[in-house]
Amino acid sequence: MANVPENLHYSKDHEWVRVEGDTAVIGITDHAQDQLGDVVYVELPRAGDEFVANESFGSVESVKAVSEIFTPVSGKVAEANDSLTDEPEKVNKDPYGDGWMIKIKMSSSGEVDSLLTAAEYEDFTKAENE
Amino acid sequence: MTAPALKLKSTPLNSIHRKLGGRMVEFGGWDMPVQYPAGTVEEHVRTRTHAGLFDVSHMGEIDVRGLDAVAFVNGLVSNDASKLVDGQAQYSALTTPEGTVIDDLLVYRFAEDHLLLVVNAGTTDKDWDWISSHRENEDIELRNVSADYCQIAFQGPDALGILQKLTRLPLSEIKYYHFREGEVDGVPAIVSRTGYTGEDGFEVYASPDKAERLWNKSLDAGNFGADDGVLACGLAARNTLRLEAGMCLYGHEIDETTTLLEANLGWITKLNKGYFIGRDRLLKQKEEGIGRKLLGFEVTDRGIARDGQDVLIDGQRVGQVTSGSPAPFLKKNIGMAYVPVEFANEGRAIEIDVRGRRVGAQIVPLPFYKRPKQ
Repeated sequence: MANVPENLHYSKDHEWVRVEGDTAVIGITDHAQDQLGDVVYVELPRAGDEFVANESFGSVESVKAVSEIFTPVSGKVAEANDSLTDEPEKVNKDPYGDGWMIKIKMSSSGEVDSLLTAAEYEDFTKAENE
Repeated sequence: MTAPALKLKSTPLNSIHRKLGGRMVEFGGWDMPVQYPAGTVEEHVRTRTHAGLFDVSHMGEIDVRGLDAVAFVNGLVSNDASKLVDGQAQYSALTTPEGTVIDDLLVYRFAEDHLLLVVNAGTTDKDWDWISSHRENEDIELRNVSADYCQIAFQGPDALGILQKLTRLPLSEIKYYHFREGEVDGVPAIVSRTGYTGEDGFEVYASPDKAERLWNKSLDAGNFGADDGVLACGLAARNTLRLEAGMCLYGHEIDETTTLLEANLGWITKLNKGYFIGRDRLLKQKEEGIGRKLLGFEVTDRGIARDGQDVLIDGQRVGQVTSGSPAPFLKKNIGMAYVPVEFANEGRAIEIDVRGRRVGAQIVPLPFYKRPKQ
């Protein structure tokens, strides 16, 4: 079964969010990386780029397919994980750790509250697979 | 994730694929494994370095018997089936009157009055209708025998050694594009030295009720589970392997809008063999010259070209990518595309429109990968 850490927030597009003060760290879930297969390419925005919630901020590619990645929260990119350029496999190996994608300085702290909890996300992926 | 369409066809190995953790997808109306837990990259690389086992039972088989078998088939296909000897196989194409491609196929000759046509899964019904509709009063018997065979492909440098553990047939004596009938694991089988990966290897046809046993025995014989053992490989690896080897995939490089000459398949287009459907148009195209040509390219910027994306030369949209993908063994991003012949010279810089971003690439010779001579 896919790993779904308790302390994170989740989107229905299979991103996770970890809140650190007014910053949101964002990546894709273990379930998402498993569904994608070997990640061979990651495209991320630059620091300073601004996004609104549910906007696509980049893409992640496996051998077979391209998937867009959406930010669950609005704000300005504080940092992108540029190490994924050379080591995209980190997304498969450690999706909640070294495979993080961007840090966003949140413009509206309320947005995370509308995201799924770990338990809700688990139920959501189960329902999606049935 | 979308729910699978109703009534997908399944091969006799369907439950084994699920047990092995294969991710199942729809392909040409079939429920097939796209990859197993090892992943596409590892499956691909293992096939190049050791061996890969592929379930290709979804392929269609059409049996042609009778005194006119060779003449009948030769009127429908572009390669010269009359040149075949017993025990030989030939890559060929079913052509339209326009010289475009109904399907690509293998023609096996068992005897002067017995051929077997091995066709693509998604086009089997179309091919059957096309072939049957051209029957007049020849002495032939046509049968769609697709359900009578499972087909398992053993590919890679270790494929011969693995398969040899299961058969007394002297495999090293079977030449490329030849086959023998005999027993594999005590079961009657056709063993053909063919494949779709660019590696040495064999394709084994047997009765579908023996498929599970044959598959499991083959994995055991190939040390499945060991780092240097055989890997079960899915359709994604089959696709990247054939792309690195520069081979056409029906529905991508070739279809009813592309002619054989445009697709670099002049070598299976025998214009001097006598009549076949589409010959006149192909002769004319050969004399007048083709307008566009299939070529290979390597992406030189960061980015991955994908099927259907536009090709630009000097800012003009001049063609489309037919297959684009990372190449796991070469560790490059490659693709094939049609472009007007005036631009189709090796070394030329081109651009691919990757979802709105122009990514640089360069035309390179095909195939991208050629296996080292032993």
